[in-house]
Amino acid sequence: MSFRRTFVTAGRVLTQIRHDPRTIALLVVVPSLLIGLLAWIFTDTRVFDSIGPAMIALFPFIVMFLVTSITTLRERRTGTLERLLAMPLGKGDFIVGYALAFGLLGLVQTAVAVSYAVWVCGLDIDGSMWLLFAVAVVDALLGTALGLFASAFARTEFQVVQFLPALIFPQILLGGIFVPRDQMPDVLHTIGDWLPLSHAIDALTAVAQGTHDDAWVWTRIGFIGAWVVGAIVVGAVTLRRRSA
Amino acid sequence: MLRDLTVTVPRGQVVGLLGPSGSGKTTLMRCVVGVQRVAAGGVTVLGRPAGSRALRSRIGYVTQAASVYDDLTVRENLRYFRGVLGAPAGDVDRVLEQTGLAGQAGQVVHSLSGGQRNRVSLAAALLGEPELLVLDEPTVGLDPVLRFELWSLFHELAESGVSLFVSSHVMDEATRCDRLLLMRDGEIIADDTPQGLLHATGAPDAEAAFLEIIRSKEAGR
Repeated sequence: MSFRRTFVTAGRVLTQIRHDPRTIALLVVVPSLLIGLLAWIFTDTRVFDSIGPAMIALFPFIVMFLVTSITTLRERRTGTLERLLAMPLGKGDFIVGYALAFGLLGLVQTAVAVSYAVWVCGLDIDGSMWLLFAVAVVDALLGTALGLFASAFARTEFQVVQFLPALIFPQILLGGIFVPRDQMPDVLHTIGDWLPLSHAIDALTAVAQGTHDDAWVWTRIGFIGAWVVGAIVVGAVTLRRRSA
Repeated sequence: MLRDLTVTVPRGQVVGLLGPSGSGKTTLMRCVVGVQRVAAGGVTVLGRPAGSRALRSRIGYVTQAASVYDDLTVRENLRYFRGVLGAPAGDVDRVLEQTGLAGQAGQVVHSLSGGQRNRVSLAAALLGEPELLVLDEPTVGLDPVLRFELWSLFHELAESGVSLFVSSHVMDEATRCDRLLLMRDGEIIADDTPQGLLHATGAPDAEAAFLEIIRSKEAGR
């Protein structure tokens, strides 16, 4: 791996996005609109305060998953990936470059979504705002890492979009937003406890409601981080320099 | 399927790889560059196994479809590939000049014509002054003027010491090569200079020579 190649790759991905202002607008505005919609639906109830933090976990995760998996797939299909792999670019440079660029984008998206949720929709955050951001960023990175991973197993755009219900929806269902995990059947409870999104939801809820100390939240962040590293490593391994 | 073949591209020469589509030209080129999965056997290029790390900055490769980023400008594309190669900063302007793209440097690639796009792809392969250029049908879909200009560029590069391995299915490009390889069904059926090939077969042009070689091969079976 080389720092220069990783950084030029991240820079190139960000330049591509800069050429596409509509995508930037959608990335930044859509999560806030949906959070606003949710707050509106649950006006005059306590529901928004309990599921609002979980929503902050969902949007960067889903959006980063989609954006990453589709752009990397596009890179495979247009032959630019083949060109890069015929050059002295390491697979790690490629993947970490993407993770850096989209991680940064996730940070911006989260900053806007959190600000909107707190200052416009009146979401109560009892814990540290910084910790909330830390969880949201690692959550966006998780989406990026799983997107990179999914794109390795898809040959067409149609296939890659199918990975959204396959990889993401179960994590949302088992994450404890609809039914608390400890009220689920044992097997599902156990599976849910090992999925990374569950920990992101738990951590954001804990920060928002101030129910746990910082160390507990950092442990969740560490757990999600392990998933991120794992998905990036698997993604890099499945990136083949030689293909048929 | 490619079987037991050796291809010699002498330094400073343009070697043409001709053959009908489906004959294995692209597969052979991908083997040389080291991106083709090889079922059995090894490929050695410039004295090293194909695709090895040391080779990757010494070989420039242009795929059949322009493999550049559609949503970046010409200059942004080249700047990125330059960064990956670690080539000197002045290289971007040099290859823009060589490929006649200096006027389009600030344009986004998807707004360019197909021919210009292919030249961006070629310009990217020229970055870092590779010793060997592997070009897969670089002139396909170009008008005669552009084709002539590209072939002039290829010869200029060859004169400066670059070896070029160029595939084509347009037979009249054969005469522009220093050496010709004719390929059919994964086999090299002829390896000669264009003059030598015409002389040996008594054919008036490369197309007829190709047919003649196939005919004599089949008669010999």
